[in-house]
Amino acid sequence: MPAIDEKEHSVQEPRNARRATCYHCGTPCINNSIFIGNKFFCCEGCRLVYEILNDNGLCDYYKLQSHPGITQIKAVRNDKYSYLDNEDIRKQLYKFTDGDYTIVTFYIPGVHCSSCMWLLEHLYKVNNNIIESRLNFTTKELTIHFSKNKVSLRNIVELLITIGYEPYISLAEANNKQSKSYSRQKIYKLGVAGFCFGNIMMMSFPEYLSHNTGIEQQYAYLFRHLNLILAIPVFFYSASEFFITAWKGIKQKSLNIDAPVALALIITFTRSIYEILTNTGSGYLDSMSGIVFFMLAGRIAQERTYRSISFHRDYKSYFPIAVNVLTSTGIESKSLQDLKENDIVQLHNDEIIPADSVVLGGKAYIDYSFVTGESVPVTVKLNEMVYAGGKQTGEQLVIKIIRPVAGSYLTSLWNHHAFTKNKSEKNDAGSVIHLLSKYFTWVLFSLAICTAIYWTYNDPAKIITSVTSMLIVACPCALLLTSTFTNGNLLRIFSNNGFFLRDATVIEQLAGIDHVVFDKTGTITQSGTNHFTYTGHTLSEDEKEMLFTVVCPSKHPYSKALAAWIGVRIITGTSAWKETPGRGIDAITNGNRILVGSGKFIGMPNVRIKDDKTAVYVRINDKITAFNFLPVFRDAIPGVIRLLNRRYKLSLLSGDNDKQRELLTNLFDHKSELLFEQSPLDKLHYIETLQQNGGKIMMIGDGLNDAGALQQSNVGITLTDDINNFTPSCDAILDAKNFELLPNVLKLAKASRYIIGCSFIVSAIYNIIGLSFAVRGLLSPVIAAILMPLSTLCIIVITTGATSIIAGRLNFTLKSRD
Amino acid sequence: MSALYVVVIVSICVAGLFLAAFIWNVKDSQYEDQKGASMRMLHDDEYQKTVNNQGQK
Repeated sequence: MPAIDEKEHSVQEPRNARRATCYHCGTPCINNSIFIGNKFFCCEGCRLVYEILNDNGLCDYYKLQSHPGITQIKAVRNDKYSYLDNEDIRKQLYKFTDGDYTIVTFYIPGVHCSSCMWLLEHLYKVNNNIIESRLNFTTKELTIHFSKNKVSLRNIVELLITIGYEPYISLAEANNKQSKSYSRQKIYKLGVAGFCFGNIMMMSFPEYLSHNTGIEQQYAYLFRHLNLILAIPVFFYSASEFFITAWKGIKQKSLNIDAPVALALIITFTRSIYEILTNTGSGYLDSMSGIVFFMLAGRIAQERTYRSISFHRDYKSYFPIAVNVLTSTGIESKSLQDLKENDIVQLHNDEIIPADSVVLGGKAYIDYSFVTGESVPVTVKLNEMVYAGGKQTGEQLVIKIIRPVAGSYLTSLWNHHAFTKNKSEKNDAGSVIHLLSKYFTWVLFSLAICTAIYWTYNDPAKIITSVTSMLIVACPCALLLTSTFTNGNLLRIFSNNGFFLRDATVIEQLAGIDHVVFDKTGTITQSGTNHFTYTGHTLSEDEKEMLFTVVCPSKHPYSKALAAWIGVRIITGTSAWKETPGRGIDAITNGNRILVGSGKFIGMPNVRIKDDKTAVYVRINDKITAFNFLPVFRDAIPGVIRLLNRRYKLSLLSGDNDKQRELLTNLFDHKSELLFEQSPLDKLHYIETLQQNGGKIMMIGDGLNDAGALQQSNVGITLTDDINNFTPSCDAILDAKNFELLPNVLKLAKASRYIIGCSFIVSAIYNIIGLSFAVRGLLSPVIAAILMPLSTLCIIVITTGATSIIAGRLNFTLKSRD
Repeated sequence: MSALYVVVIVSICVAGLFLAAFIWNVKDSQYEDQKGASMRMLHDDEYQKTVNNQGQK
C-alpha cells in the first residue's frame, strides 16, 4: 500500500455521511464504499487515479485546486486504442521523429484548470521515458516528447486515459494542420505598419508645427527622405493584402471594398514620391501609413479565432480512426479508409458503426440519436442492416461491411452540392459594404471628373493636385474600419456569452434572418434527461431501494432516468440479474422478483402499443407501477420560442416519430410547421425549398443528422452542452447554457446594421469636409494628418461604444469570462 | 545642430530593435498561450523535483 497523504479533510464516518464528494473529481458519491483513508471516491477509476498520483508523489495536483479530476465513471475499454499499434496510423500522428526521439501533439478536451496543467506537465514522473510534456492551455494541446523505442504511443495514450485526460484523436484534424503562419503574417504586417507609422508621424511633426515659415531646408530634406524609406515597407509589405484582394475582385469583374482603398493608396504613394523627389512638398506618407495601420488592426480585431473549437468537422471526425477487423489470422486493427466491403468488424459498447453493414452476431442495440434524431435506441435482429454512425450500446457486436465508408447512407449526405460551396466567401461577396463601396467608387469617379473639368477651364495647373488629393481623402477606409471594428467587438461580446461565430460574415447573415428552423432531439429536448409521471402502485422506500439496485447496472436511458429519480441508495446486491436489450430487466433481490421493462415484458395485460413506446413498467412481485416518460424541454425553450414567434416564422424538423406532436404543437403554435421522421437529406431539402421561396433561414441543430440542413441554411447554429464535444460543421456554436440569449443575439446582429450605417454617415461628413478642401486644391498634409486620425478615432469610439451599450441593454455579459 | 542627424538615426534604430523583438516574440509563439504561462509560473517547485527525481533513478 502506498503512503497516503493524510493532511487534508477531517475524518468522515463512511456510514453516516450520506453523500460524500469524490476527492478526485468532486462528484457526489453514490455510496461511500470506495475510500482510501479518509478520502472518498465516486468510483474505482477515480481511486485508481489517486493511487497512481500518490505513488508518484504527484499529490500537489489536489492542492492547486480542490477536486480537479475528471470523473472516471465511464471507463474506457482496454483495447480501444489498439489501433495505435498500427505503424501507418501512428506515423500520421507524429509531429517529428528521428527514429527514437519523437514529438506528438494531442488535443485534450478535459483540460480545465491549473491542476490539469501541472499534472500533464509532470508526466515524466509517472513514466520516465516521457522526456518532456508541455501544455498549451488556450488550445488544450499537449505536446509530448518521448523516446519511441522505450515507450509506445499507445502506452502514452493509455496513461493519459488512466489519469483521466483522454485525448481526442482524429486523423482528419491531424492531417489538416491549420496555417498558423498565415495569421502570424498579419501580425507581422501590423507590427511593421505600426513601427513605420509612429516614426513617420514623429518626423512629420516639425513640418506640421513650422506651419508657414517652413523648417530649415536641410532637415526637411532629411525627414522627408527618411519618411519615404519608412513608407516603402508599409506600401509593399503591410498593404499588400489590399492590393491582392482588390486585384482578385477586378479579375472577377466586381469592385470590392479593397479596390478603392488600393487606388487611394497607390495615388497617395506616387504623389508623395513625386513631391519628395522634386522637393515640392512633404507628401502624405503619414496619413497613408496611419490608414494602413488602422485598417490592419480592424481586420485582425474581426478575425477572432477560437483555437479549441472547430467549425469544419464532418463525419470523419465523429467516426473512429480504426476498427477491429476479424481476419483468418485473428483480430487486426484497420484504419477506416482501408475498410473494404465484406470485412468483418467487431464492435464494443459505445463504438460507432463505421459503414453500412449487416449484423452477424451479438445483440445489436443501436443508438441512432446523433445521426437520425431518433431518441430511443433500436434493436436490430441478425442479418438485418445497421447504418453507419449508429452507436452500439450493450454487448459486443459482429457486423459485415456491405458498403464502403464513403458510400454509406449517412456519409453520402456529404456528396450533396451544399457541401461544395464555401459559405464565408459567398457571404462576403454579398456583403453590404461591398455594395456600398461600389456606389462610393462611382460617385467618387464622377466627382473627380467634374473637378478635373472645372479646373481645366479655370486653372489647368491645379488639375492634378486637386484630383489626386480628392482621391486621397475619399478613401473608403472609414467604411472598412466601421464594419471591421463593429464586427470585431460583436464577436468578442458573443464569445464572452458562449456564442462562437465562425467568422465575421455570419453577423450580417444573422441580421437578415426571417425564418428559424429547429431540430428536436438534443436541440429542443435535452438528451440524457427525462421527466416522468407514474401511475399504479406507489413505491415504498424499501421498494425504491430494491429498484435502484436493479436498474443501477443497466445502460438504458430509462434505467438511468429511474436511478436518477430514486436518488442515492445503497446497493444491496442481486441474486439473479439479466437484461434483454430492447425489452427489460429481470432480477431477484432479497427474494423479491423485480421486472423492469415494456408492458409485454413484465406480463401486463392490455397494453396499448402507443403507450408502450414512452412508458416503462416496474413490477415488484405482483405490484405494477407504470412510468410515463415525457421529453424534457430545455429550460429556456418556451421563452425563446415565444419571443421568436413574434418576429420570425418557425419550423421544427425531427428525425423522431410524431408521438409528441401534440406537446410540440402547444409549444410552438398552429402557424408553425412541424415535420417528423425527416431523414438528414429531407432536412436539407426542406431548407432549400424555403430558400427558393426567398426565405433567409437560420437552422439550429445539434447532431450529424442536421449537418446538411446546417450547411444549406444561411446561418447554421449548433447547440452543444459542452463546447468541447463533437459538433458538426456549422457557422456558429452556441453553448446550451446560454440558449435564452438567442433572441437577443438576433436583435444585436440587427442593431449592428444601424451602427454601421450611423458611423458611415459620420465618416461621410468627414469625407465631405476633406473633399471641400481637396476640390479647391487646398489639401495640405497637415489637414490630411489631422482629419485621418480624428475620423478613425471617432469611428472606433462610436462602433465599439454603441455595440457595447446595446449589448449591455440586451443582457449580454461584456466582461470576459476568464 | 548636426547632432540631430545622429539622434534621429539612433532613435529609429532603437525603435527598429523593438520591432525586431516584437516579431521575435510572435515567432516564438509567446502570444499563443497567455493563460498557460500565468499558471505555470505559480507551480514553483518544478526545478527542485526534477533534480530529485533524476537523482533517485
